[in-house]
Amino acid sequence: MDSLQLLLDGFAGALTPVNLMYALIGVTLGTLVGVLPGIGPAMTVALLLPVTFSVPPTSAFIMFAGIYYGGMYGGSTTSILLNTPGESSSMITALEGNKMARRGRAAQALATAAIGSFVAGTIATALLVVAAPAVVSFAISFGPEDYFALAILAFTAVSSVLSRSVVRGLASLGFGLVIGLIGIDQQTGQARLTLGIAQLLDGVDVVVVAVGLFALGEALYVASRLRHSLPEVVPVGRAWMGRADWRRSWLPWLRGTALGFPFGALPGGGAEIPTFLSYAAEKRLARGVAKEEYGKGAIEGVAGPEAANNASAAGTLVPLLTLGLPTSATAAILLAAFQQYGLQPGPQLFDHNPALVWGMIASLFIGNTMLLVLNLPLAPLWARVLRIPRPYLYAGIVLFAALGVYALNGSVVDLVVLFLLGLLGYAMRRFGLPVAPAVIGMILGPMAEIQLRRALAIGAGDVSVLVRSPIAVVLLLLALAALLTPLVRRAAARPGRKTVDAPDDRSEG
Amino acid sequence: MRLRTVAALAALSLAALTGCGSGSGSGTGTSALRIMAPAAPGGGWDQTSRTAEQAFKQADPKRKVEVFNVPGAGGTIGLAQLAGEKGNGNLLMTMGLVMVGAIEQNKSKVTLAETTPIAKLTEEYEIVVVPAASPYKSLADLVAAWKTDPAKISISGGSAGGTDHIVAGLMAKAAGVDPKSVNYIAHSGGGEALNELLGNKVSAGISGIGEFAEHVKSGKLRALGVTSAQRVKEVDAPTLKEAGLDVELANWRGFVAPAGLEEADKKALTDLVAKMHDSQAWKDAVAKNGWIDSFQTGQQFADYLNSEQTRVKGIIAELGVVS
Repeated sequence: MDSLQLLLDGFAGALTPVNLMYALIGVTLGTLVGVLPGIGPAMTVALLLPVTFSVPPTSAFIMFAGIYYGGMYGGSTTSILLNTPGESSSMITALEGNKMARRGRAAQALATAAIGSFVAGTIATALLVVAAPAVVSFAISFGPEDYFALAILAFTAVSSVLSRSVVRGLASLGFGLVIGLIGIDQQTGQARLTLGIAQLLDGVDVVVVAVGLFALGEALYVASRLRHSLPEVVPVGRAWMGRADWRRSWLPWLRGTALGFPFGALPGGGAEIPTFLSYAAEKRLARGVAKEEYGKGAIEGVAGPEAANNASAAGTLVPLLTLGLPTSATAAILLAAFQQYGLQPGPQLFDHNPALVWGMIASLFIGNTMLLVLNLPLAPLWARVLRIPRPYLYAGIVLFAALGVYALNGSVVDLVVLFLLGLLGYAMRRFGLPVAPAVIGMILGPMAEIQLRRALAIGAGDVSVLVRSPIAVVLLLLALAALLTPLVRRAAARPGRKTVDAPDDRSEG
Repeated sequence: MRLRTVAALAALSLAALTGCGSGSGSGTGTSALRIMAPAAPGGGWDQTSRTAEQAFKQADPKRKVEVFNVPGAGGTIGLAQLAGEKGNGNLLMTMGLVMVGAIEQNKSKVTLAETTPIAKLTEEYEIVVVPAASPYKSLADLVAAWKTDPAKISISGGSAGGTDHIVAGLMAKAAGVDPKSVNYIAHSGGGEALNELLGNKVSAGISGIGEFAEHVKSGKLRALGVTSAQRVKEVDAPTLKEAGLDVELANWRGFVAPAGLEEADKKALTDLVAKMHDSQAWKDAVAKNGWIDSFQTGQQFADYLNSEQTRVKGIIAELGVVS
């Protein structure tokens, strides 16, 4: 009741014309940087930090929150239309989203992403208001052994649904794991696989890998085919979501939110893992049309992960506001912004600065609504990008990708790595290897390794620490289930196997 | 066409975001002063650089100042780039203790010998904490347990070979524990390390005072000691020296310029930094960020830099984190 009153006060503070303008600037800028690979919300907020010298705190945070949400949403647009994820958290969206776009359902994919982001953002922000303390204590109770179990679960869940051919899926995963090893080992400070190149000491950025394998690989692949086959004509399709689309989207939105919010609150949980899990879950739950469409452009595979990544953005604010614990790069910079105003997020923040905190929470609702208003009408317009002649379109993608990656660190080494990975991505497509497992391996591999080693170091080498926590045991059991169910199902379905494995012309976009 | 509009917008915003490096002529006078933050936006060096940018502008409104980021490998990528700007009197690089460690750890070919030390600006101190539920009530308790079985005492902190790890190594040495046997759990930053402390998963934690102070005040963490020479006002804790370990360490930050500067250029840069240091904007920022003003220039700073290099080199080798 008390919170509600404070929230209403927050709205009163946030709903001034000036603040609305800041919200608009924030979401527009956020969407734009989300679209660009390489430049993410974290960097944008950091570069805008000097602005906080001259702007009142509430306005600044309203703008920052807009950038954060906008960035989470914007990444999906290029994922869907061009198979070029702007952020690593929208990588999964590309899998089904781009296939939908190729079938003339780009507008629907964009719409379900926009509405899903709105729904997830709104619900998650509401959860932030009511459930913050509970979520925080859950997040803190996560130890290294639990993170290790979580990584194992994500590995098994994702790899069991992603690859049609187990060997090819594993080969791709292996590539990712090796790329993930590059750089200084966090635990011992030793350099691995850096070939003496100083720029590789910090490892290869996940954005470079995602953009190289997805975008450049795709562009090269398409270029290699242009001469041999007539370009496929993308059907125009309907402009808006039909009744069936709504019916198929709303549950994945909710499930995605449920997955994304707690993961955002976990330090090290990130926005990627919930999108993987959401995709895996939706694929498992798919029935009827959805099951047939999965792999060819199922709307569920866009709705779920998009909801998950936006919900995780709101989840990140829980430990940030209540503990001063940043769980993502953007959150770390928001923390710095708080400190600019002499505010220390933490247990006392809600008591000492209620106007600011509730103003910011209110602004999240406003920014979210604004994003929807901004993006929904644009969905059919964006969808037309696909009608640009292929050579121009893909040349544009290559330029975009190179620009974005160069902007990341201003490093030529990154560009070289990008183009090498692009060639790898091309080769993988050429020989039918899915690229998504490689990126997933690259994200999850280092996490699994470091958490395993931390858990063992804390336990002074005793292996049983890995199953000492109930959370870890539950997660490991779930992983085992994810691994075994397909086998069991296959064994059960053996007598009449007709529709188990639908043939697929191209394993991966 | 839509895409073209997007591309144009993209190019524009890129230009804005990366700050489109403009020319950096040599010599002093009116050309733009460029400050390199050898880290990604958002970190300590970036913050120091951008704060200084504002203060420079207040100190000399006519002078153009811009900050650019060269992230990577503990600042050694930026250092290598600085080495290529020999004689450029319009370039400063923000650096600090972490870079001294990174040079050793990464066996960087370029060292601080190839720079011109200009000024030390600020210091921040480190704090040693345990979870509230920890059995160790004082530093003496922790050290006693540490001596019995070093492997059982897990210490959570920032990156391997970084400031927090160096403090752990110096503490081990002072306590008579082999630095190699320190069970140090490295994280990418203080925030991640904080999580394990709040969840009572590790024995102790080390980080900058600012990272942990709020949690010490709210009672979730217990402060066992700070690495300053005198007690600090932010937290109620003894110095490590008082608590029985002869360790003192400041996480300092400062400016260096490229090597091979003309004497006049060096003096002009030093004077400009001194003017910046005297500005109200800088004083306000120092107070707001809880930094300690430790301004030092010329030979004094050069000597300090030398002694820090010797000390850090030794402890990095003893911790066994040289790659």
